[in-house]
Amino acid sequence: MGAIRVTKRPDGVAVLTFDNPKGKVNILSPEVVEEFRAVIDDIERDPGVKACVLVSAKPDNFIAGADLKFFLSIRDPVVGERFSREGHALLDRVAGSSKPTVAAIAGLALGGGLEVALACHYRLAADDPKVVLGLPEVQLGLLPAGGGTVRLPRLVGLPAALPMMLTGRRVRARKALKMGLVDALTSPGGIEETAIRAALGLLDGSIRRSARKRPWTERLLESPPGRLLLFRQARKSVLAKTRGLYPSPLSILDCVQTGYAKGPAAGYDRESVLFGQLVAGPECKALIGLFEATTELKKPLDATPPRPVERLAVLGGGFMGSGIAAVSLELAPVVVRDLSQKALEGCARSVYSGLSKRVQSGAISRFERDRLFSRLHLTQEAEALRRAGLVIEAVFEDLDLKRKVLAEVEALVPAECVFASNTSALPIASIAEKALHPERVLGMHYFSPVPKMPLLELVVAEKTAPWAVATARAFAVKQGKTVIVVEDGPGFYTTRILSPFLNEAVLLLEEGARMEALDSALKDFGYPVGPVTLLDEVGIDVGAHVAKELGPVYAHRGLGASDALPRLFEAGYQGRKNGRGFYLYPPRGKRGKKRPNAEVYGLLGGVPRRPMDRKAMAERLALLMANEAVHCLQEGVLSSPRDGDVGAVFGLGFPPFRGGPFRYLDALGARQAVNQYEALAKLHGQRFTPAPLLVEMAKSGKKFYEG
Amino acid sequence: MKSVMNGRRVVVVDGRRTPFVRSGTAFADLTAYDLGRHAVAGLLHHAPVEPGEVELLVMGTVLQDPATSNVAREVGLASGLPASVPAFTVTVACVSSNLAILSAANAIALGQAEVAIAGGTDTLSDAPIRVSRNLRKRLMAAQKGRGLKGLLGMAKGLKFRDLAPEVPAIADFSTGLSMGQNAERLAKRMAISRADQDAYALRSHQRAAEAARKGFFADQIVPLYAPPAFKAVQADNGVRGDSTYEKMASLKPAFDRRFGTVTAANSSYLTDGASAVLLMSEERARAKGIQPLAALRAVSTTAQDPLDELLLGPAFAIPGALQSAGISPAEVGVWEIHEAFAAQMLAVLRLLEDERFARERLGMERPVGAIDPEKLNAWGGSLSIGHPFGATGGRLVTTCCRRMEREGARYGVVAACAAGAVGNAIVLERV
Repeated sequence: MGAIRVTKRPDGVAVLTFDNPKGKVNILSPEVVEEFRAVIDDIERDPGVKACVLVSAKPDNFIAGADLKFFLSIRDPVVGERFSREGHALLDRVAGSSKPTVAAIAGLALGGGLEVALACHYRLAADDPKVVLGLPEVQLGLLPAGGGTVRLPRLVGLPAALPMMLTGRRVRARKALKMGLVDALTSPGGIEETAIRAALGLLDGSIRRSARKRPWTERLLESPPGRLLLFRQARKSVLAKTRGLYPSPLSILDCVQTGYAKGPAAGYDRESVLFGQLVAGPECKALIGLFEATTELKKPLDATPPRPVERLAVLGGGFMGSGIAAVSLELAPVVVRDLSQKALEGCARSVYSGLSKRVQSGAISRFERDRLFSRLHLTQEAEALRRAGLVIEAVFEDLDLKRKVLAEVEALVPAECVFASNTSALPIASIAEKALHPERVLGMHYFSPVPKMPLLELVVAEKTAPWAVATARAFAVKQGKTVIVVEDGPGFYTTRILSPFLNEAVLLLEEGARMEALDSALKDFGYPVGPVTLLDEVGIDVGAHVAKELGPVYAHRGLGASDALPRLFEAGYQGRKNGRGFYLYPPRGKRGKKRPNAEVYGLLGGVPRRPMDRKAMAERLALLMANEAVHCLQEGVLSSPRDGDVGAVFGLGFPPFRGGPFRYLDALGARQAVNQYEALAKLHGQRFTPAPLLVEMAKSGKKFYEG
Repeated sequence: MKSVMNGRRVVVVDGRRTPFVRSGTAFADLTAYDLGRHAVAGLLHHAPVEPGEVELLVMGTVLQDPATSNVAREVGLASGLPASVPAFTVTVACVSSNLAILSAANAIALGQAEVAIAGGTDTLSDAPIRVSRNLRKRLMAAQKGRGLKGLLGMAKGLKFRDLAPEVPAIADFSTGLSMGQNAERLAKRMAISRADQDAYALRSHQRAAEAARKGFFADQIVPLYAPPAFKAVQADNGVRGDSTYEKMASLKPAFDRRFGTVTAANSSYLTDGASAVLLMSEERARAKGIQPLAALRAVSTTAQDPLDELLLGPAFAIPGALQSAGISPAEVGVWEIHEAFAAQMLAVLRLLEDERFARERLGMERPVGAIDPEKLNAWGGSLSIGHPFGATGGRLVTTCCRRMEREGARYGVVAACAAGAVGNAIVLERV
């Protein structure tokens, strides 16, 4: 069975219905492209067909993009290049045909899906939040290779098109109409009928595409000198953001520029050539690998059915608690309990402003905001927890406090209620030590800020029951989180691999490195934030606390923590929160840049600094992180390299284009990696001793990811 | 109407409300819809039923915002009730939520619903201010008119004074008298002294303050953390527990500057707030193992002459309700009577004792008799807590139930008067 159904109507309109028989979304695979080509051949030949409508039979997508499995399989640039050229040839025929084609978009139209719509003569979209249009190729290390870099700027103007392509920014229906990306909106039901009317209207001339009025600023920017300026600015901001580590945004700019300078045909050609290179390259493979991993992680772990959570209770209305409440309102009524009225006020403000932002983007209506906000119940009373199906505590990181909170909750809630501790390092087993029902206690380690950070580390203790894991995991997946399930232990996975990484940064400072140089070295390696800045953001007290908890556990492997952090904290340096850390920050609410705080060098091996090799610094940190990840896999804290990569990239900012610590080691090759570790161990101590599993792999020549 | 309650027994399971605040203060930026959904959502958070079990929502309101004219429906949709729950709004001035509760109770008694929510919401901070009739007419016509010429034509005959906005008066349409003017008239006719009025009002404030201090309202007030300030509003803000008789006595009369006795301090003030009560059939409550607060034993809804008997609703409704319940006034442990004005309360109390009134106006041989002041509005009343017109009934019913629980009373009576001279009384019984 094919993916496209063709209905030829007596009025001369042929309706092409995309309906992928193998899945819930329509995707463009080589087979579908081939089928599409055959359909277009037939339509071109058939004199009875006067116009065409493209529509999807799927309830929430038009065409969601290309077949990523196919992209992953491409090793030879020529294969990718050919796929792109075939697409161009096909879409050029659609665009150049004398038979008008209408795209009826009632759901996602992303990547190749939007490019198909761009090639049509008229785009009709449903006025529905489900409609999302975008060219997210850049996020997968690719470029729009179906003519998008040429057609989009011509349709919506360069200033609007560039951010869509360079950042993957998506737009909803109303915005799309405003910017000229679609020609008209209609109500969500019956879009096919309306599209047929539009096609007939285009035929008889009663409907005409009205060219968008281009504001004078846009005309100015699209004049040859304006374009030059625009491209230079775009290149500069891309380089500032990617530090040259990601080839795809620069390739996109190259295509757009070529299309303007030498005409559409040259632009398409450039797309195909560069796409071939990108799709066969390592960055794209790593990014698609991560994307596929997050998709897999949305599926249930096993057959254990999750229990329904009718009510969520969050303990603690601080920044974390508010974030957890905000991402849960669509799933269940949420009770937030905090003894502090101030905290509850802050919680209300933060949840409401988050909802208001979604109103602005068109994701929800004002009324929907009211409805969701009404589901938030803020209280100082413990009594309100009584009917919760899931309790997530987000109180201060203190073992005794967490134990006390657990005891208080257990006295109130029903037996089937899951208790989750949002902790980054405290072992779940010790929190649950005196629990009446340790089987329903687990860890849900959220990352801050919760609404933005996609990762959740779900921590399973020895006594945790499978039903509790399934319930918490299903809830978190519905919150939109990518969930990795890890075993209980000091620091779980993410904090455990972050700890030696940050410690190494402190050691480097003590060796005489400059903080700016160290931060910049790690950013050049691909981390979004340097380790010293990260320490300031997390808080030096928190860093000291974690080091104190974890240091002794792994001291036998030479990972004992430097005592610099406690010393700094005692000297009054807390980090961002009090404006004084490794860096000095402008007072709250004032603009200004942070500056290095030379004073702290006095506590870090003396003021004189010396230049150090940047690459070597970055590698020391990254390799320590990767080595600890291998330890976690070996010990069973992690159940797969995939989870480890997802956790490190989405939780800690491990360079995405490297795919995560395991892919990074695979790329180095186990043997090469072991050599590097051993050399470092000789220089700096046994903390660099490679994990036994890695040594074994070096011997056997195995990889973490086979195939 | 006849004071009859047929059908299945209906019980009150829970009642919640927003804090009641003086208009123009903490809720100045909120609408009646906002307050209503907060009360209903708060009730749903506490109530021992899931939203899906609720089959009907009835809300009372007085100052209707044209944008949410069926405010009950918008409240229901926004507060987490399923879209399949019908909702309607009743408006009967100050007994709006009393009659909302009765409507819902009737539906349950007749078997049309097992679980219903009823209450009311009002904001006096956001009254629907209209433009003059003359200007309205032109504005309506302007929607059809075209061009500058059309607009100029419209201005013809428009007088300058037509541009002044019309603030809705709290006055009776049929008599033209405001509530305050009518209370003043009543006080004079029945010779209710300024001193008695002030003493009564002072006692109301002291009692409300005492009840709040003891935490009696904790299980009925749902704190609000609302935009734009998100400042917690956890308590009623109009109670003046520290007021003194001297302070009260120093106020000038509000409606008759020279000879009057009704002042701002011995009248209820403009208030914003909302209330919601959970009602169930007794069968359903028992089946779910829920201990109800009370059952509705009897009701009476009356109407009188809007000029001379405007504020006397309770004096007309209470005797009928008691008679219908078949209980003697002495058996009633809790009285919750709406305090529109101290003068009105004192007049009602006096008439309840008045043999001639009972005989001539009610056709009854004996009056109800004196009401024990210790049993009347022991946690304060509308004079002190405030009076969001459409929401007071929900507060009265909830407070009556909670008081019966705390004071171990078997019977309680809720009664109120309303503009248009409608009166209502409900007899509650602990079961």
